[in-house]
Amino acid sequence: MTKYYFSILLTAVLTNNFVLSKFLGICPFLGVSKKLKTATGMSLAVIFVMAMSTAVTYPINKYLLEPKGLAYLQTIVFILVIAALVQLVETVLKKYVPSLYSALGIYLPLITTNCAVLGVVLLNVQSASSEASFRFLASMFNSVGGGVGFMLAMIMFAGVRSRMESCDIPKSLRGLPITLIAASIVSVSFLGFGGIVENIFG
Amino acid sequence: MAEKKSLFNEFSKGLIAENPVLRLVLGTCPTLAVSTSMVNAIGMGLSASIVLVCSNIAISMLRRVIPSKVRIPAYIVVIASFVTIVQMLVKAFVPALDSALGVFLPLIVVNCIILGRAEAFAGKNSVAASAADGLGMGAGFTAALLCMATVREFLGNGTLFSGADSLLSLFGITSFTGIEIFSRLPEFLKIEPILIFILAPGGFFMFGILMALANKIAEGKGKPGAELHGCESCPMSGSCSLIKDGEADGIGARRSGAAATADMTGGGAQ
Repeated sequence: MTKYYFSILLTAVLTNNFVLSKFLGICPFLGVSKKLKTATGMSLAVIFVMAMSTAVTYPINKYLLEPKGLAYLQTIVFILVIAALVQLVETVLKKYVPSLYSALGIYLPLITTNCAVLGVVLLNVQSASSEASFRFLASMFNSVGGGVGFMLAMIMFAGVRSRMESCDIPKSLRGLPITLIAASIVSVSFLGFGGIVENIFG
Repeated sequence: MAEKKSLFNEFSKGLIAENPVLRLVLGTCPTLAVSTSMVNAIGMGLSASIVLVCSNIAISMLRRVIPSKVRIPAYIVVIASFVTIVQMLVKAFVPALDSALGVFLPLIVVNCIILGRAEAFAGKNSVAASAADGLGMGAGFTAALLCMATVREFLGNGTLFSGADSLLSLFGITSFTGIEIFSRLPEFLKIEPILIFILAPGGFFMFGILMALANKIAEGKGKPGAELHGCESCPMSGSCSLIKDGEADGIGARRSGAAATADMTGGGAQ
């Protein structure tokens, strides 16, 4: 069983990396990856919010929406729950844990409309309905894995970008285009992880 | 007459001058994810356009009713309702498209183009202008998606409009299933499709190239190249302290001269 959860975690981090192979959360990936400090802060906040919103939306879906036949309301309910949750966490952190707030707080409002967070919640619900063994704990592992994968991609990419700072880049490619092409090369390196999880645990 | 002309301007600016994907750099996630085939691109573009037009109209109608403090949650509810409607329609009528777009269909909710237009335009302008703006932005999004998807599908899969029957079956046409190109080439020209173009790296690469082309054309017209304004045009920018501290990218590029220098010195002091 441990093997099962570990394989979910590794798949989410490496083979199905949220940013580099599923294209979720590209905005923060391109927007705040210039400095290592902001990249780390943002990723930690994403891991935190992903885990929390999965912990909250899974029971809502399982015990409220599905028994009442309201599964079609998933999108609208989940986005509202995530938005309310993020707001609540921000307020609570600000009041009671100021040190954590100063580290993560500034990233929290950004994360409400981050497609990686809504994406992981929706993907968990989909997997839960198609796979009988994909229950609460598996969802949690998938979310944390997704967040860690996001962090891995962000930190790697922050390193790549810092190398690019001093390069002489053709005029039209400066800025965003060359960033995207660099992201493409980083993404090629993640293609190499294909099949690795099946081979370790298979 | 003047009214008509300005409506047309609202529509046409979204196509090229303010193309949401290539000039405003909004909605990058769906652009990269669904541009693997032309049919997916058209399906995604149309779904997002329908949501965009409907939510722009609804938000513009409600703009005097919604208190400005809770406008973002209110916008999200309006958008999420339309996304749910579109999602159910697609599931019912074009199930193949629903499974191809997967999670990106419900994720139209957090597509920055839609929330961004609600915040930047529909919340401040008349219903007709908002509808025209939504239509133009939707068309611009679809056009950019289609540009990327054409190249990616052609190089990566060797086809054009592959799987078109899933969309066309709506109109009762099932005979056209796309154009095979690479497999029909004469023997001495036989080449394999370059698979990597429909994989993730190809998406980033094509987007970069397309963005560079758009920048080149903009340069020729004396306009600045596209920078990541994603953060600035993001509806959360009002409450985002990354922007205030100038830590997010693409900020200095838009602010000119003195402000940009101030940013740099501010960054150095940290």
